[in-house]
Amino acid sequence: MISPGTILFVTTAIFAMVGGLITVSARRPLRAAIGLLVHIVSLAGMFLTLDAQLLAALQLLVYAGAVVVLFVFVIMLIGPASEVGAIQGRLASRALSLAVTIAIVLAVSTSLANFDRPWGAVSEDFGTVEGLGMAIYSEALVPFEVISITLLVAIVGAVAIARSRTE
Amino acid sequence: MGVGTYLALASVLFGIGAAGFLTRRNMLIQLMSIELMLNSVNVVLLAFNRVNPANHDGQVFAFFVIAVAAAEAAVGLAILIAYYRVKKTIDTDDASLLKY
Repeated sequence: MISPGTILFVTTAIFAMVGGLITVSARRPLRAAIGLLVHIVSLAGMFLTLDAQLLAALQLLVYAGAVVVLFVFVIMLIGPASEVGAIQGRLASRALSLAVTIAIVLAVSTSLANFDRPWGAVSEDFGTVEGLGMAIYSEALVPFEVISITLLVAIVGAVAIARSRTE
Repeated sequence: MGVGTYLALASVLFGIGAAGFLTRRNMLIQLMSIELMLNSVNVVLLAFNRVNPANHDGQVFAFFVIAVAAAEAAVGLAILIAYYRVKKTIDTDDASLLKY
């Protein structure tokens, strides 16, 4: 009997891989952004099979809601120039880097596939807003404050870099 | 589904992102490939946290990875717009201003 978790994992794994392949192979950036959206939403579903409910919601909010929309805005801002022609030039280094990547991924994934540890018993609040929120605000309070400053600096930096300097 | 399946899938997703970053010329798609790689690392963190659910360390790390990825996307796209203003293209093969 196949468990519902297995069905959810297999479905989301297939969609995540298809979305990733669309992202890296699409000619038009808008299609790549839609592929990224498919990838992100299916990974949010996969997080549910790992009992990470809060992170699944955050994945949808931050990635699908903010990052992909930011990409689409930039594609609209740049317009036709956002499409770059087919791959040409530096073919040797590109082929070599692709071959090395495929070799490493094959070696790592085939060896990791046999790694097996039993899943631990989950407590009631594992991965929920309450459980993860308590962990963040009690054990990782300083990194949490630092990351908020990082985001503030990133916002100011993005405005400073992207601002027109013609006036 | 054992934890090994999740790790193998995450390495495949990381490889897709790495291959896209290394071979594509379009800066937008290279930035999206970075997002693919960051996401695959999150899968590994959550899978190992699920093996040892006594604490939330992996999920806290994944939370910070999501926050850093959002900051990285904002700054990366700002740099892309500044680069487009100078060169009128987003082809990274033409990004050779520092050579001279």
